[in-house]
Amino acid sequence: MKHFFLASILAGALALPAYAADYTIIAPANPGGGWDQTARSLQTVMQKEGISGNVQVQNVPGAGGTIGLAQFASQQKGNPNALLVGGYVMVGAILTNNSPVTLNDVTPIARLTGEYEAIVVPAASEIKTMADLVEALKKDPGAVSWGGGSAGGTDHIAVGLIAKAAGVDPTKINYIAYSGGGEALAAILGSQVTAGISGYGEFESQVKAGTLRLLAVTSAERLPGIDAPTLKESGLDVVVENWRMVAAAPGLTDEQKAAVSADIEKLAKSAGWQEVLKTKGWQDTYLAGDAFKEQLSKDVSATEAVLKDIGLVK
Amino acid sequence: MGTLDFLLQGLLVAAQPMNLLYALIGVTLGTAVGVLPGIGPALTVALLLPVTYQLDPGGSLIMFAGIYYGGMYGGSTTSILLNTPGESSSIVTALEGNKMARAGRGGPALATAAIGSFVAGLIATLGLAFIAPYIVKLALVFGPREYFALMVLAFVTVSSAFGDSTLRGLTSLFVGLTLACIGIDQLTGQARLSFGVPDLLDGIEVTTLAVAMFAIGETLYIAAQGDKGPDKVEAVRGSVWMSSMDWSRSWKAWLRGTVIGFPIGAMPAGGAEIGTFLSYATEKRLSKHPEEFGNGAIEGVAGPEAANNASAAGTLVPLLTLGLPTSATAAIMLAGFQQYGLQPGPLLFATNPQLVWGLIASLLIANFMLLVLNLPLVGLWVKLLTIPKPWLYAGILLFATLGTIGANPSVFELGMLLAFGLLGYVMRVFGYPIAPVVVGLILGPLAEQQLRRALSISQGDITVLFTSPIAAVLLVIATLAFVVPLILRARGRGEVLAQLAASED
Repeated sequence: MKHFFLASILAGALALPAYAADYTIIAPANPGGGWDQTARSLQTVMQKEGISGNVQVQNVPGAGGTIGLAQFASQQKGNPNALLVGGYVMVGAILTNNSPVTLNDVTPIARLTGEYEAIVVPAASEIKTMADLVEALKKDPGAVSWGGGSAGGTDHIAVGLIAKAAGVDPTKINYIAYSGGGEALAAILGSQVTAGISGYGEFESQVKAGTLRLLAVTSAERLPGIDAPTLKESGLDVVVENWRMVAAAPGLTDEQKAAVSADIEKLAKSAGWQEVLKTKGWQDTYLAGDAFKEQLSKDVSATEAVLKDIGLVK
Repeated sequence: MGTLDFLLQGLLVAAQPMNLLYALIGVTLGTAVGVLPGIGPALTVALLLPVTYQLDPGGSLIMFAGIYYGGMYGGSTTSILLNTPGESSSIVTALEGNKMARAGRGGPALATAAIGSFVAGLIATLGLAFIAPYIVKLALVFGPREYFALMVLAFVTVSSAFGDSTLRGLTSLFVGLTLACIGIDQLTGQARLSFGVPDLLDGIEVTTLAVAMFAIGETLYIAAQGDKGPDKVEAVRGSVWMSSMDWSRSWKAWLRGTVIGFPIGAMPAGGAEIGTFLSYATEKRLSKHPEEFGNGAIEGVAGPEAANNASAAGTLVPLLTLGLPTSATAAIMLAGFQQYGLQPGPLLFATNPQLVWGLIASLLIANFMLLVLNLPLVGLWVKLLTIPKPWLYAGILLFATLGTIGANPSVFELGMLLAFGLLGYVMRVFGYPIAPVVVGLILGPLAEQQLRRALSISQGDITVLFTSPIAAVLLVIATLAFVVPLILRARGRGEVLAQLAASED
């Protein structure tokens, strides 16, 4: 059955040799999420900028992207026209799910975008600053409930890092996982949880409308146009960035790798892509080649350490 | 300007020829994808996002809303005629609707679904226009403990409404609950019952289970009976249209369905399915003809269909007022807004009134189009049933398989479809109801997560579950719903129920 499936894909690939520069982008998530949006933005810009004539996006959802990753690594091996979107959440998911396929089994090409986390409380909350929140956390870690995205994801990791930096036992944090930033937002607005943590974009309109109070952002320096201190200013040495990347299939020749890298570089530098970054509120974090590889392995080991601290990875 | 002025202005925007065209494309596409199992409005909108990048924001959002409404409607057609729910929100429709279709009353079933959807869509859209801010406040009051109480209520009413033997109904429900445990636990990120199979990490897809249980199970059951099959399908008996009796039995169900569906759709953790379950249970309890439930009661189609359309409008309440998507389709529509640099939220009504009111007005128009599009087709649809059985069921198999593969192109998913189809067949043979399995899969994780969230927030204090007034009221209703039938049974009315059970498949 599996061979038949592979064979049909192979036959399909052989039948269309004229369109060598066509890309298939795998978004390892359901339509609507960050990876899906990244994949579909890539599709739009690649076609608009003439990098590729025909780009298809395919959603392979599940398990923090590890299902899509596993399928991509096995089915697209040696295919220079297949791309996979991934990111920081995948790094965590590989560890927590004990995924047999890791990022070592694909060919990471470049980091493309990033989004910083924001820590908010409802406008009516007694907590006014990050220092207040840290104080409450130190007094009784269990009494501070944090609403955020899925367990072991970027939001959860950031809370673990904050606790650790504040000198609180990270296993004691009371993290309430919601299936997405949206559902968490309702819990925060309804004061069901003490504080909320998610990508800044999820909270932006509420912060502007004054229904949520922005305590801090997780960037290294203050973000332009956002009136909030960094965690560093609040005395916590924590920087968290939810980055997204694009990877190519395993088993490519050096020439094929170079061709894909060149296409992605052209994309990242294009006016169309810069426009997308602006409308979506994503930071441009383009990083490719050896510098990206180095950063990636640093992120993997740092994530493993914090997940162990929280107790999600043994 | 008052709400009415804004709405009239919105109608002017929506009535522009181009916008009318977008709405028409939207509802037609939506109906088509709603008919196909597995391919839902969410995927369609996602596919269209890059295409609509060049259009103006108003036009493309109007089209997306049309797809959403159309999808909610289209799912009912296959549910009723082929017992193959296209969307998880039309699962309940299949229960009574398909029985009606087999008794030659497919026409009235389709008509009550169409008109019910229209009525509910109309009322709920007006509700969206006039009372959205209040509904949002109500929805935000619902925290984990209130949701948990709501789930308890749903479990109690639903498990007593489906199936006629409580033991068999509960058995089916627990099969569903067990299936619901498969996959990564939302709160801790740990895998459960996945046996190291990566495809199981994300749990079992509701539509896969529903299509397998209903369509594949049914097909196997029919095939196993060979030519001796007892139920001779009559395409049309009596009028294709609704009789005055049908009307008088439907209209209250439509209104009740709307009232149940709209607020539940507006809740962040609600979802269209829960509204349809509660509506079905309500109709069964209030009906003057409870004996017809399970054999094709028109209220059982009218109520849930109204509820699922009303909840589609309800979903737009938190999306437009809070920027909070409560369904997959809404999440992609949010991405659609962002594509134009618009951030739905408390400020959207103030910063882009033209767009918002144009959207709301176009929903009214899309709703009307759906009715015009679908009512005349009822006569044509019911002809489907005159197709010879082997062809019809072969078609259903193909349809179900294609839909599943389309939604998730994996061999494993197809294997699950067949395995659950076998399970559905076995359950049919031994007389276990099918619906509670699907209900368990949908409600189980919600109930579990909300309970654990509530306890986690209270740091293990169980009393927190009863101390909120809303939760307490819901739990009291649930207790009554559980105890009253027991008392009735004890007083001898149970015999009637038992007799009904015996005549059930």
